[in-house]
Amino acid sequence: MSFKHTLAGSVLLAAMGMSASAQSLVYCSEGSPEGFDPALYTSGTTFDASSHPIYDHLAEFKVGTTEVEPGLAESWEISEDGKTVTFKLREGVQFHSNDLFTPTRDMNADDVIFSFDRQGNPDNPYNSYSGGTWEYYGGMSMPELIESIEKVDDYTVRFNLTRPEAPFIANMAMDFASILSKEYADAMLEAGTPEMLNQKPIGTGPFKFQDYQKDAVIRYVRNDDYYGDKARVQNLIFAITPDASVRYQKVQAGECHVMAYPNPADIQAMKDAEDIVVMEQEGLNVGYLAYNTKVEPFDDPKVRKALNHAIDKQAIIDVVFQGSGQIAKNPIPPTMWSYNEAIEDDNYDPEKAKQMLEEAGVSDLSMKIWAMPVQRPYNPNARRMAELIQADMAEIGVDVEIVSYEWGEYLERSKAEDRDGAVLLGWTGDNGDPDNFLAVLLSCDAVGGSNRAMWCNEEFDELVNKAKTLSSQEERAELYKQAQEVFKDQAPWATIAHSVVYMTMRPEVDNYVVHPLGGHIFNQVGLK
Amino acid sequence: MLNYVLSRLLTFIPTFLGVTLISFSFIRALPGDPIVVMAGERGLSDERYAELSKQYGFDQPIYVQFWDYFTGVLQGDLGTSFVTKRPVFDEFFALFPATLELSICAMIFAVVLGLPAGVIAAVNRGKFFDRALMSTALVGYSMPIFWWALLLIIVFSGNLGWTPVSGRISLMYYFPDATGFMLIDSLMSGQQGAFSSALLHLLLPAIVLGTIPLAVIARQTRSAMLEVLGEDYIRTARAKGMSPARINGIHALRNAMIPVITVIGLSVGTLLAGAILTETIFSWPGIGKWMVDSIFRRDYPVVQGGLLLIAVMVMVVNLTVDMLYGIINPKIRKR
Repeated sequence: MSFKHTLAGSVLLAAMGMSASAQSLVYCSEGSPEGFDPALYTSGTTFDASSHPIYDHLAEFKVGTTEVEPGLAESWEISEDGKTVTFKLREGVQFHSNDLFTPTRDMNADDVIFSFDRQGNPDNPYNSYSGGTWEYYGGMSMPELIESIEKVDDYTVRFNLTRPEAPFIANMAMDFASILSKEYADAMLEAGTPEMLNQKPIGTGPFKFQDYQKDAVIRYVRNDDYYGDKARVQNLIFAITPDASVRYQKVQAGECHVMAYPNPADIQAMKDAEDIVVMEQEGLNVGYLAYNTKVEPFDDPKVRKALNHAIDKQAIIDVVFQGSGQIAKNPIPPTMWSYNEAIEDDNYDPEKAKQMLEEAGVSDLSMKIWAMPVQRPYNPNARRMAELIQADMAEIGVDVEIVSYEWGEYLERSKAEDRDGAVLLGWTGDNGDPDNFLAVLLSCDAVGGSNRAMWCNEEFDELVNKAKTLSSQEERAELYKQAQEVFKDQAPWATIAHSVVYMTMRPEVDNYVVHPLGGHIFNQVGLK
Repeated sequence: MLNYVLSRLLTFIPTFLGVTLISFSFIRALPGDPIVVMAGERGLSDERYAELSKQYGFDQPIYVQFWDYFTGVLQGDLGTSFVTKRPVFDEFFALFPATLELSICAMIFAVVLGLPAGVIAAVNRGKFFDRALMSTALVGYSMPIFWWALLLIIVFSGNLGWTPVSGRISLMYYFPDATGFMLIDSLMSGQQGAFSSALLHLLLPAIVLGTIPLAVIARQTRSAMLEVLGEDYIRTARAKGMSPARINGIHALRNAMIPVITVIGLSVGTLLAGAILTETIFSWPGIGKWMVDSIFRRDYPVVQGGLLLIAVMVMVVNLTVDMLYGIINPKIRKR
């Protein structure tokens, strides 16, 4: 039956003027995109369906790395003081067309300015379209950072910043910085249907959007006018399949070529299967337990350090991650530049932990551990993790009570500076820059916000702030390495794990590369 | 009959009001602020929070929010999804045909197998057939849906390769939505093999979703038949020498149908609940999965609007069932 299907399908595609079915790459995705304007959303599922296939960015992450390379901007210049960044745009780049719109000009500075202005300028007619909240633009501090954007000429754009910001170029490669067509936006505004920007996207990327059947299928066709290396398959199809076991069945049955997020429990069987390829890479994330360093006795680094020695992380990797994780010793993942290999982890040693607690003059300690109510790549089962830590702590005579709240409450309440207890949480990197972990999660400014340890250390803060103003990556890496030493010494967190990301595919899939930033990118993928 | 229909329609109004209020309060009674959930680990500033609150109307007192919602509903406006930013109404009706198609097929499967099974069991009361059928029904009733679905997928799609794993139609076929019912659309597309592909894709989910109603219908038919078979007029018919087929098929079954139809009507609610799991497992783009996602995201407009629309659908089905009573048993419509 399936043979007949494939045959009928090939005949059909040929009849419709498409190339044979071997030219269609089917990706079993895990969920539905929220929309197709990446700046409106924050989920990876949405970026996979919008930012990666349809759009380009001023700078791009080199596939498979967190390194930044030129994109729609063929070069850029950063001024002496680091506060002016001038992008030279690529000429002759064409936007896609659809049944509503055909571009009359190439991509130019107006499009770049529009793409950012709509997010930051309340007077831009697109600022409030589709209930625009521009979470990422705000989250990456763009409103405070960007003073103005100028058009120098048609192919030159200048960003004036309020302060030097080394990660700025990497930010320009992020999904929220996708470049949209101003011409299309204007046309849709005039037609009274601005929401089409989000529903029928027009970009410059390697694939053109063709159709979306909600919760079922997204279809793309190759952009034959793409400025860079053209996509290797004619059609890209996302078959939305929320259940991981079903995704795997579909890959086995040949209904999909590639799937994301396999069940950890299935991975061994997948590796053993002959006609299945499994790729893996450490995820750009970290799962941690943040002590409240403002509350006694956790304000004493010795106490925190002692508790860190009590946690059996290997057991957590085995039980909670079912092997698909790796022990974390630093607050940044090992795939990130400036990762400090030399640091020694607080090994599992209950005796030492007990002794250290005694030395710190702490006895009969009882504490709360907060367990997240949701699954995250950096923590697939926080409840279970908390129970394991509870048992470890019992061994050194520390009494642990596990608490949990609804997710929204959890995020809110865990920010309180007088919070009672240590919090299980984590972070997934946005732009591959260490600043995105170290400053966001551990700087003094972030206390009461994303710094759940309420940890404000002068030495650490100075290092991280200084690194932000330098443009040489080597010099920055040196400072971040020192910062990691301070972190390890002071132990505001117990660093628990980095997840390992798996991709499962059929053997005919050629040149798939696991992207460290978590996106699923098919531009360079072919079928053998 | 007209009076009967009108009186039934009148009961619609208070139910509708109640459902509107309940659907509005239900999602708000859950802990969790939609704005905070949306922002996730990244969090957001107080100014941004206030801005968004205002945009979504959360800064208004709750009764004002309800009034806005209620007047919107009366004008056919259910609001816009926080997540997709599209009107709830459009989203619902884009997805509902998929759920309806699946539910109808599941129901056909359940009735076509359940009715005869119940009759056969009743006629053979206490014998092997009865015991076998009723034990099977009990198993069917107690089976966890997700387990049953995965089992069928592994056996029929994985090992035997008879049916596709999931989805509504093979990705090879591509034609625009006309009615939203894949069986009809695939026929209308005129593409060879499209209809059979759609039918094959429907098979496993319909069986999974129809399993519980099938078991319930079989058991209900059996007990209703047993009750009727003990009646005096059946004994009289037998004494007259009427054939068993006529007695069971015409005299007994028709009278046993009232409780059975009630069960079928009530199963519609079960179907919609079962659709949530079935749709998730079979990647079926219907309203079940849509609702669950929205509850997790605290997407208020979708949850309250979706609940309201589903409740209205169930009410329509119940009304239809009430009218069927009237057709089957004239005594009811005269009361």
